[in-house]
Amino acid sequence: MTARIGVVTFPGTLDDRDTQRAISIAGAEAVPLWHRDKDLKQVDAVVLPGGFSYGDYLRAGAISRFSPVMGAIVEQANGGMPVLGICNGFQVLCEAHLLPGAMLRNTGLHFVCRDQKLRVETSATAWTADYAAGEEISIPLKNIDGRYTADERTLDELESEGRVVFRYQELNPNGSLRDIAGISNAAGNVVGLMPHPEHAVEPLIGTGRTDGLAFFTSVIKKLVTA
Amino acid sequence: MARVVVDVMLKPEILDPQGQAVQRALPRLGFAGISDVRQGKRFELEVEGPVDDAALARIREMAETFLANTVIEDFDVKVES
Repeated sequence: MTARIGVVTFPGTLDDRDTQRAISIAGAEAVPLWHRDKDLKQVDAVVLPGGFSYGDYLRAGAISRFSPVMGAIVEQANGGMPVLGICNGFQVLCEAHLLPGAMLRNTGLHFVCRDQKLRVETSATAWTADYAAGEEISIPLKNIDGRYTADERTLDELESEGRVVFRYQELNPNGSLRDIAGISNAAGNVVGLMPHPEHAVEPLIGTGRTDGLAFFTSVIKKLVTA
Repeated sequence: MARVVVDVMLKPEILDPQGQAVQRALPRLGFAGISDVRQGKRFELEVEGPVDDAALARIREMAETFLANTVIEDFDVKVES
């Protein structure tokens, strides 16, 4: 069986092609989904890629959240379907309340683009099973609204339930509280992060590292054995 | 037609680096005596028909679900005559 992983394109999405390519390289079939689709074409998992959906008007992810495709994604995510939100996709997942908290303008007010070191804090999610807990990886980061924020109670809850999935190492690029780069929902099927694993899957391209590939191999393994 | 204004502000405990940047620029521009600046959003809604309780309730719902993200922002709804 080949896993089928949907990649949503909103108006203003930028990284859908790279995400489709990463999925193919990892060994699954990438299925393009359009923001107007109400039907998810029977995909086994969905990735919301990065970009500036709907121009980031109002707030990043605020308008995309109400697009027809998101209704189906929220419903199936609540039923356990793996969903990964990268960068703008993470912002959409927060606005859709699939993940707690919100993203704000970087503390330094600059767009940040760099190779970012992260620690994978847990392998107990659908998207990180092929990493070891505590493993350090380096993948590209590029955003201006990347400051993860939530109230203290939510942050404590995320920490105690092991739902802080990625933490910035060496440098906190955007002022995210507790150096949080990515989180999961309670069930571990929905994960969001600001840095971009889909840009680090081929030795020839970018920094030459393939540290992001295991996101996609993790979910494929889970889907194929499920 | 009546106008309803929705003001959206970051919650007091949320860091506002844009407001801080504005505040820091003020002395340089010759505007003294401003100790803090917080930057927010103002929405001016032109309402068709009467602004009754039902209309205001809908606008509050709009503000809560869309215009503001209540995880990080507070909002205030005012009717302008």
